[in-house]
Amino acid sequence: MSSREGSDPLIRVEHLKHHFPIKSGLLFDRTVDRIHAVDDVTFELREGETLGLVGESGCGKTTLVRAIMRLVEPTEGTIRFGGRDISHASQRELRPLRRQMQMVFQDPYASLNPRKRVDQIVASPMRLHGEGEDAASRVRELLDRVGLSAEHANRYPHEFSGGQRQRIGVARALALEPKLILLDEPVSALDVSVQAQIINLLDDLQEEFGLTYLFVAHDLSVVRHVSDRIAVMYLGKIVELAAAEELYVKPIMPYTAALLAAIPIPDPKENRERERIVLEGEPPNPIDPPSGCPFHPRCPRATEICTRVEPPLTEYANGHLAACHHPLNVSDDEIAAARKSPASPLSSGDELPQPA
Amino acid sequence: MSEPLLSVEDLHVRFNTEGGVVHAVDGVSFDLARGEILAVVGESGCGKSVTAQTIMGLTRTTNAEHEGSVRFRDRELLTAPNSELRKVRGAEIAMIFQDPMTSLNPVHRIGDQIVEQILAHEELPEPEARKRAVELLDRVGIPQARERMRSYPHEFSGGMRQRVMIAMALSCGPEVLIADEPTTALDVTIQAQILERIRELRETEDAGVILVTHDLGVVADIADRILVMYAGRIVEQGTLDEIFYDPQHPYTWGLLGSITRIDRERPERLPAIAGLPPSLADRPEGCHFRPRCPHEFDKCPEKPPLEPRGGAAGHCDRCWLSPEEKRAKRMVQGQIGLGSKGAVA
Repeated sequence: MSSREGSDPLIRVEHLKHHFPIKSGLLFDRTVDRIHAVDDVTFELREGETLGLVGESGCGKTTLVRAIMRLVEPTEGTIRFGGRDISHASQRELRPLRRQMQMVFQDPYASLNPRKRVDQIVASPMRLHGEGEDAASRVRELLDRVGLSAEHANRYPHEFSGGQRQRIGVARALALEPKLILLDEPVSALDVSVQAQIINLLDDLQEEFGLTYLFVAHDLSVVRHVSDRIAVMYLGKIVELAAAEELYVKPIMPYTAALLAAIPIPDPKENRERERIVLEGEPPNPIDPPSGCPFHPRCPRATEICTRVEPPLTEYANGHLAACHHPLNVSDDEIAAARKSPASPLSSGDELPQPA
Repeated sequence: MSEPLLSVEDLHVRFNTEGGVVHAVDGVSFDLARGEILAVVGESGCGKSVTAQTIMGLTRTTNAEHEGSVRFRDRELLTAPNSELRKVRGAEIAMIFQDPMTSLNPVHRIGDQIVEQILAHEELPEPEARKRAVELLDRVGIPQARERMRSYPHEFSGGMRQRVMIAMALSCGPEVLIADEPTTALDVTIQAQILERIRELRETEDAGVILVTHDLGVVADIADRILVMYAGRIVEQGTLDEIFYDPQHPYTWGLLGSITRIDRERPERLPAIAGLPPSLADRPEGCHFRPRCPHEFDKCPEKPPLEPRGGAAGHCDRCWLSPEEKRAKRMVQGQIGLGSKGAVA
């Protein structure tokens, strides 16, 4: 879990948009609307770090991951991998890059082919990249590394528990010695005690192979243990980005604060004493996002300006970014020293938060 | 305590499968009182869902064998004929399932599904039932309930569907609500809303709630009493505070130790329980947790009874260690945890 500052970022995403068209019509499909799944997102992923990406279902985090993998082609904006623009690269150009970025999926039941043996599953990336010959010994090595044994190689996925299947998924992702692993909710489907096993494993592997992780999760409790920095997404936009520890003690955006407050604390006494903000309502429809700040219809602090002007991503001390007109947990001095971040969405206004 | 509302006694459920007899529930007993929220906690495959489903008569498959008793007020449910069970199900005992995506019928309107449920149990003119359905949707926080009656399930989000499930469960004013992982598929902000509704139901209807979950955060938030299950058996039971502040069984220590806490310093490594739960078709002799337990000793191959071992009468566990030993062994780096085999980490 170390981040090396100063070097070129491994991934650089700039003003990335991905809109899904909604088509309708009798004879000719015409686009009647668009779902703003990813709506102007800018961030970078440094080599060797883990960036946590958090948001509720439907906020666009999976689409963002798919765009980085180039499983979908972005509508606007650029994605750079190691300095190279891959936003519109062809399948042929992408192939050599794909071995450097691998993915681990959420559902360990759906992401392994039930008709293939474990050795076939783990060896398939090697086969696809034309190095299938000495795969057998490499498979054994990989299984051993993720905490399974060589005898598991001849079994089928249904013979394994959820946690073991996720280990198989991790072994497959490691097969080509990638630089980057995109983890899309890798532990959400697992029991708590098993979650800890997988997270510890991911931690060890990162240290051993110098991997870079993008770790997607739908709540803030798990990502804390793996992340160096955490980005919070809401309705297709990054609304807060900060060093992991800072985000928990000092959430600036009210949405982040609400997400934190919604996590029950496993301690009855502290839970009884804690003041809870129960967020009313649900995330709005991404087909027709609200004007101004996307969070304003649910925000307890919203005022007139929030309905009108989209807040820019404002940079506070320690590179803490947050998009909010009425920030929490910051002093007047900090607000005065804040400036608009170049990562702000192009459609956002120039109004920075004002000291009270 | 007054007369229990629901009483489960020495319940056994076995399934005959190709891989042998799966003993999914092995001698589970508990009482549920009015206005009480009882949490059943454990890992996947520990028998918690099968216990809940058996109360509702949902495990009556051809390969299943049942033993013991499930009494609801003065009626025996385990051996009741299906026709009688049908009257109880949905009306007096209602259930909310884990997956709100698959538990509503996708080809019927939301409103029609709630109305059908009401009319199945009560003789009412249909407009009356419709009126009640609208009130119910309104009560669980569906905006514009009257218009939403005409929607189909796919037009609702996961949280809204789970609220529809709760509305249906409430439709006949049940006395017992069984909620099987009601918030597992939902986002945390929506989870908080749903738990609020369950709490309300307990207060307004004085219903007893059985909450099946693997999330101890949810339990700490809402439960009065807790049953901890492992491999088909209850390994510990007690009040919320007893389980969280004076846990007796090493498995409970492991569960408590492996939850991530956002209000504490983050540990270098997350404490995990090593290994896997045993297969229910082939469980170890004696204490089932033995192979994963770092504190195993020569008495463990003998089956420990579930009994109070010091402390309150209601606080029982299945571990041979003495209370003093437990108090010493459960502290790992100043917190409750299982520790690890061999060297102390």
